[in-house]
Amino acid sequence: MRFSGLRVLREGLTGNKGWVPHWRDPEPKSEYDIVIIGGGGHGLATAYYLAREHGLTNIAVLEKGYLGGGNVGRNTTIVRANYFLPGNSEFYSHSLKLWEGLEHELNYNVMHSQRGLINLFHSDGQRDAFARRGNAMINQGDDAILLDREGVREHLPYLNFDSGRFPIHGGLYHPRGGTARHDAVAWGYARGADSRGVDLIQNCEVTGIDTEGGRVTGVQTTRGAIKAKKVGIVVAGRSGQVAAMAGMRLPIESHVLQAFVTEGLKPCIDHVVSFGMGHFYISQSDKGGLVFGGDLDMYASYAQRGNLPLTEHVMEAAMTLMPMIGKAKVRRSWGGIMDMTPDGSPIIDRTGIEGLYIDCGWCYGGFKAVPGSGFAFAHLIAQDRPHDSAARFRLDRFRDGVGLMDEEGTGAQHNLH
Amino acid sequence: MRITCPICGTRDRREFYYQGAAEALHRPDPEAGEDAWDAYLHLRDNPAGRTQDLWYHEAGCGCWLVVDRDTVTHEIYGATLVEARHAD
Repeated sequence: MRFSGLRVLREGLTGNKGWVPHWRDPEPKSEYDIVIIGGGGHGLATAYYLAREHGLTNIAVLEKGYLGGGNVGRNTTIVRANYFLPGNSEFYSHSLKLWEGLEHELNYNVMHSQRGLINLFHSDGQRDAFARRGNAMINQGDDAILLDREGVREHLPYLNFDSGRFPIHGGLYHPRGGTARHDAVAWGYARGADSRGVDLIQNCEVTGIDTEGGRVTGVQTTRGAIKAKKVGIVVAGRSGQVAAMAGMRLPIESHVLQAFVTEGLKPCIDHVVSFGMGHFYISQSDKGGLVFGGDLDMYASYAQRGNLPLTEHVMEAAMTLMPMIGKAKVRRSWGGIMDMTPDGSPIIDRTGIEGLYIDCGWCYGGFKAVPGSGFAFAHLIAQDRPHDSAARFRLDRFRDGVGLMDEEGTGAQHNLH
Repeated sequence: MRITCPICGTRDRREFYYQGAAEALHRPDPEAGEDAWDAYLHLRDNPAGRTQDLWYHEAGCGCWLVVDRDTVTHEIYGATLVEARHAD
């Protein structure tokens, strides 16, 4: 079934009786060439690119709940490529390019909206750092414009420019940054993978990973044993538990990151705005709700909800930056569970077990990485060598200290990102 | 979330700085080798459930605590002084 404007019109005139489910609901087979553990954005994208880029279709994606019910449904939907360090820079650049062609490729409206992202700065030193970051982005082939105070005012006239602690000196503008409809991304990849023959198996929790002589042979699940020649773990938020099934300990600590949504308002915030010094960022969804968040709660947690001190901190930052939203009512808040690595950058690599691969450690930046991660992880699984864009996301970089990617420059240590 | 400090009593989470897994107390011998040091510095059990981690009572007595808590429910079972452990 192809989507088109004509199709929507015809269905609208004929009672919407022609729509069919976007993917099958198959029973798991006893054996596949490749099993992907995790039916979130990254897992579904991996399966899609395995089929599309590498012609591999004897694949199952195993999801313990429902497709897209994890972190791809629990984020703030921001898409950007404004990283500084080699490794991250080329990866997110590649991912953004995939985003830009995604809707046509998938024939699915993921509502990718390149409304522009502005990172604010508040001092001369920060301006220098942002100028340098912008130059790195331009060197990578992406877009960055350094705005002075008046330049920011043209875009964001509603900000409080003269707060005592953090007066706004300017911003780094990334016009190709923006947002996307998070669930639709998972659904679009699911539909694309399914239509190429991938089995998407929901309510199927992996309970064990089978190995023999240092080689993976399959998985145990709540719906029976499934043999596989290759297995990919892509379950950020629960990576430690699944990796433990294969006897692995990961350089990951799980933390909770909160986000908030207000009641729907008329369009008032046209960009994605980030106020790093206040640990606050915001955009407005197409439904009108203001979607915003802050920093981690900063303690290990799997609770999918945070605590009030951080909520208070985020609200204070919101009122400092944009007093105009003070009367908006917060409707919902939630917490997502982040795979935090010591340097704040992700992992896409082989493991010590042959045929077992892992994609994890997305910290609080996994959503925008969905296309790039799926593409690179599919390449790794299919060809047993990393894709150029993700070659630096090594699992063992902490062990030898070579190739750490500490964007924040705070040190490659747990609890510092 | 409130933590009961053995010295100060029950205090708000805001008074405490979180360090990480209590594994940090088990520092390997300098000559223990790369595997031991990698495990100590980077690798984590990262349990979903009951765990022990280190908190610093920054805005209180300034003591380091081992807090026994649940990462899924945020329930706090108790806290002991790191100093007391090392005296064992």
